[in-house]
Amino acid sequence: MSQATDSDTVREDGVIESVSGPVVTATDLDARMNDVVYVGEEGLMGEVIEIEGNLTTIQVYEETSNVAPGEPVENTGDPLSVDLGPGMMDSIYDGVQRPLAVLEDKMGAFLDRGVDAPGIDLEKTWEFTPTVSEGDEVDPGQIIGTVPETESIEHKVMVPPDYEGGEVVSIESGNFTVEETVAELDNGEEIQMRQEWPVREARPAAEKQTPRTPLVSGQRILDGLFPIAKGGTAAIPGPFGSGKTVTQHQLAKWADADIVVYVGCGERGNEMTEVIDDFPELEDPVTGKPLMSRTCLIANTSNMPVAARESCVYTGITIAEYYRDMGYDVALMADSTSRWAEAMREISSRLEEMPGEEGYPAYLAARLSEFYERAGYFENINGTEGSVSAIGAVSPPGGDFSEPVTQNTLRIVKCFWALDADLAERRHFPSINWDESYSLYKDQLDPWYQEEVAEDFPERRQWAVDILDEEGELQEIVQLVGKDALPEDQQLTLEVARYIREAWLQQNAFHDVDTYCAPEKTYAMLGAIKTFNDEAFKALEAGVPVEEIQDIDAAPRLNRMNVQEEWEEYIEDLEAELKDQLREKY
Amino acid sequence: MKEYQTITEISGPLVFAEVDEPIGYDEIVEIETPNGETKRGQVLESSDGLVSIQVFEGTEGIDTKSSVRFLGETMKMPVTEDLLGRVLDGSGEPIDGGPEIVPDDRHDIVGAAINPYAREYPEEFIQTGVSAIDGMNTLVRGQKLPIFSGSGLPHNELALQIARQATVPEEEEAGADDEGSEFAVIFGAMGITAEEANEFMEDFERTGALERSVVFMNLADDPAVERTVTPRLALTTAEYLAFEKDYHVLVILTDMTNYCEALREIGAAREEVPGRRGYPGYMYTDLAQLYERAGRIEGREGSVTQIPILTMPGDDDTHPIPDLTGYITEGQIYIDRDLNSQGIVPPINVLPSLSRLMDDGIGEGLTREDHADVSDQMYAAYAEGEDLRDLVNIVGREALSERDNQYLDFADRFEEEFVDQGFETNRDIDETLDLGWDLLSMFPKEELNRVDEELIEKYYVEEEAEEVAAD
Repeated sequence: MSQATDSDTVREDGVIESVSGPVVTATDLDARMNDVVYVGEEGLMGEVIEIEGNLTTIQVYEETSNVAPGEPVENTGDPLSVDLGPGMMDSIYDGVQRPLAVLEDKMGAFLDRGVDAPGIDLEKTWEFTPTVSEGDEVDPGQIIGTVPETESIEHKVMVPPDYEGGEVVSIESGNFTVEETVAELDNGEEIQMRQEWPVREARPAAEKQTPRTPLVSGQRILDGLFPIAKGGTAAIPGPFGSGKTVTQHQLAKWADADIVVYVGCGERGNEMTEVIDDFPELEDPVTGKPLMSRTCLIANTSNMPVAARESCVYTGITIAEYYRDMGYDVALMADSTSRWAEAMREISSRLEEMPGEEGYPAYLAARLSEFYERAGYFENINGTEGSVSAIGAVSPPGGDFSEPVTQNTLRIVKCFWALDADLAERRHFPSINWDESYSLYKDQLDPWYQEEVAEDFPERRQWAVDILDEEGELQEIVQLVGKDALPEDQQLTLEVARYIREAWLQQNAFHDVDTYCAPEKTYAMLGAIKTFNDEAFKALEAGVPVEEIQDIDAAPRLNRMNVQEEWEEYIEDLEAELKDQLREKY
Repeated sequence: MKEYQTITEISGPLVFAEVDEPIGYDEIVEIETPNGETKRGQVLESSDGLVSIQVFEGTEGIDTKSSVRFLGETMKMPVTEDLLGRVLDGSGEPIDGGPEIVPDDRHDIVGAAINPYAREYPEEFIQTGVSAIDGMNTLVRGQKLPIFSGSGLPHNELALQIARQATVPEEEEAGADDEGSEFAVIFGAMGITAEEANEFMEDFERTGALERSVVFMNLADDPAVERTVTPRLALTTAEYLAFEKDYHVLVILTDMTNYCEALREIGAAREEVPGRRGYPGYMYTDLAQLYERAGRIEGREGSVTQIPILTMPGDDDTHPIPDLTGYITEGQIYIDRDLNSQGIVPPINVLPSLSRLMDDGIGEGLTREDHADVSDQMYAAYAEGEDLRDLVNIVGREALSERDNQYLDFADRFEEEFVDQGFETNRDIDETLDLGWDLLSMFPKEELNRVDEELIEKYYVEEEAEEVAAD
C-alpha cells in the first residue's frame, strides 16, 4: 500500500463515534469518498465508504478489537492506491499490497495490526537504461527506459498517465532507487520509477480491441474445447472439492501469459503456502525460467480482515493493468470472486443498506461487471498492445449455479468452465463439465488454431463434441436397458466416447508430464482416438463383432498417451498399430 | 473501574447499557445481578454513549438495576502446559475439582491470522489406522479435515478412534518411547448432550488419553452464547501448546452445528440482516477464523490439526453450515446413513469425501510409492460399481456384462473388506494398501488404467485374478 504522505491538503482529524466489527463511524472528519484513513490510537488502515452529514463511515482493513469511541481518526487525503514499479514480480502481498515477507520480519508469524509497509522496496536500487534521449518529446504513458526486474521480465519505466508530458531535459542511465528521479521534463515534471495509482480506477488505454490470440493453458479440455483469448474473461464456478483451485493453479503455472497476477481472495492459508512453496521451483515450459519471476501473488486468506478481502481484487487488477501498459499479456486469476462478493455483502449489511438478492448489495452486478470490464485486449496510450485476461473462480453455495454471484458473472464473461461435483467424485479431473461449459471465443480464435496447430483443428474439435453429445443421449438409454441392449455401432460410439473422456479430457495435474499439454499434443492425441474410431467403424462394417474391436491390445494404450514425453513417436506408432490390429480382423 | 447501573434494554442474549466513557469493541464485561450472581459478556457494538453486550451465561436474572463493569481488555485464555489433563467448562473455568490453574501467560482468544508466508506447507502423513481415511483421504499434520455427519450417526466414535490411533509412523520408529509422535488432544464440546460427553470422557479415561488432553465442555443445557467462545478457547490453547511448547495438537470440535445455531441466535437478537436460512452474512468469515487456526509454522516444531464435527441438518450438504465449512476446510469425511444401516463400521462414504492435502502427503518416502495410483483406481472403480447398482435394480445382474459384474463385486467387497474394519481395528498404511491391491487384483491388469505399469508388475496379486477367473 502506498505510504501516501505527500498529501497536498491538510485535513482535519476526526473522532470515532461507534465501532462494530470492521465498520467504524467517525464525526468531524473532513474526508472525501474512498479516502484512506488511519483509525484509532494504533493507526489501523481504513477507507471511507459513506459520508452522511458530519458522520463518516469507514471500513477498516484490520481487526478492530478494543478500539473505542473517542479515539482519533487521521485522514491521509488520498484514495486507496497501490505502489507500482519494479519489484512487484516474485512478490507476495496481502489485500492492501503490504508485502507478507516484510510483515513477517516486522511482526513474526502471526499478522498483528497497525503495521504498514510500502508495496515496493524503497531502498533497493535498480539498473535503469533510458530508451529516450534528452530533447525528445514524451507523452503520458510513454516508455522512457527499462529495468531488468527479474530473469524473465524487463520492466518498462513509463511517464505516469496523469502527467502532461513534454520535452526531456535530463535523463541518464545508472542505478536508482524507485523514489529517485530518473528523468525531468521541461515543464518541471519529474519521473520516478515508482508510480501510484488508485485501485478503484481503471488505468487509461487508447482502445479496446477484439482478442484474436488464445491464452494457451496447456490444459486439453480448455485449449481443445473451451479456449479463452488473451484479453478474455472466464468464470470457473463449482461446488467445494470440485477442483477450482487446482484449475486456477494450473492456469497460473502453465498459461502462456508474460505476467501472472494470482489473487487468493478469502481462500485457505495452506493453499497460498503451497503456491508460495511451489512456484519458485517450477519452470516456465516455454522460457525455462522460474515461474515465480513472472508472478505476483496477492494473498488474503479467509481469516484475514474482511475489508481487505474486498479490496484485494482491485489491487490485483491494477497491478495487471500496469504491466499491460508496458505491452505485456497479463493473466489475472481471482480465487474466489464469491468471497469478494461476500465481503461486499458483509460490509453492506453492517451499513444496514437495503439488501438485494440473497442479502447481497444491490450494486453487486455493477461491481462485478466493472471488474471484468477492466480485462481486455488493449491498444495502450503509448502505442503498445497488451492484454489482461481475467479468470474468476466462483464458489456457489451448495453448488447451485442459480445464485446471484454466478448468474451476474455469467452475464459478463465469455468463457464458462463449469465444474461438476459428480465428475470430481469419480476423480475425473479436471472436472469441467463438457455439456454445460462454453467458450464464446471459439470462432475468433479458430484462425489462430488453423494457422499454428492444424488446418482441421476446428473440425476435429467438433467431431469430439458430437461424439460426447451422442454419448450423453445414449447414456440415458443405457441407464434404462443396459449397454448390451444397444446396437453394435452405438456400443462402439460409447467406447470411443469413453476414450475421449478418459484418455483426452482427463488430465493429471500432479503428473510431471501430463500437467502441461502443448496444443499440438492435444490435437495429436485426439487424432489417435479419431483414428481408432475410423478404423473401428470400418471393421464393424466389415462384420467384425464389437467385442473383438474393443479387445484389441493397442486400444488401452490410448490411455497412456498423456504421460508420454516422446509423444510424437508414441502416437504415430500407436496409430499404426491400431490400424494393423483392426485390419487384421477382416 | 467504573460500575454502571444503566441497563436500558435486555433482549435475548443481549444487554444494552448507557456509558459515559469510551468502551472498546470486543471488551469483556461483568454483570452482577441483584441476587449476587456474576455473568460475563462481550461488547458487540460500541458507540458514543451506548454499548450492546452479548452475555455468555444467558441474560436470566438480569434486570435494569444490575451493575455492569467493563474490564478494559478483550477476552483472554490463561495458558500453561498444566492444562493438559484438565477438564474445563465452556468458558474456560475448571470443573474437574482439580487445583487452580496458574497461567504462564494469557492469550487473546481472537487469534491473529497466520501470515501465509510464515506457514509451512503440511505434508506429514498422519496414520489414523482407518483405511477409508489413510488409504483414500489421507490426513496430514496441520490439516483441517471435518467430519460431515448426521444426527444419530457414529461420528463421535470415529473421532475417538482417530484420537486414539493417530500417529506419525516415521517418528514412532525413530524412538519408540518418544512421546513426541503422540498427539496432544484438545477437545472442544459445544452443546453436546451429557451422555455424549460421558462417552468421550469414559473413553479418554479408559485409554489414558486424558493426561495428554484438555477438555472444554459446553453441554446442551449450558448457555448457547457461551458456545461462541468455547472453540476459541480451545484453539488458543492448541496454538499455545503447538507453537510455544512444540506439541503436535489434534483439535476435535463437536458439534459445529450448535456453534452456528448460537451465531444465528445472536444475529437475530441484534436484528441483523440475515443471510441464507437466517444465518448471519458474516458466518463464512467467522467460521474461517476458527478453521484457519490449523497449520504449521516455519521454524516451529509443533502443529495444529483440526477435526471439526458437524451434523448436517436433514443430511443435506448444501445447508449453509456444511457448505461454508467445505469451502474453508481442506476436504471432508462423510459419514453415510445407508452404510451405517448396512452395518459398515465406520460408515465412511469415500466418494464425496476428500482430502485436499493428500497429494502432497503421500507417495514414496512419505507413505508408499503406489499410494496415489491405488487410491485413484479404487475411487474410479468404486464410483463405477456404485453407478451400476442403480442399473442392477432395473435390469438385474444377469443382463450385465462380465466386466460390469466385476465392478459390482468390487464395490461390495470394497465396502465389506476395506471400509468395514470396526472402531477397534488399527491398520497401518501397508496393510491398507495391500488390502487395496487384493481388491484391485479382481480386475485384469488392462483395466487398471490409472496405475503405473511398473507398479502393477510389482504389486498385482496374481492369485486374486485367478480366483476371479475360476469363478
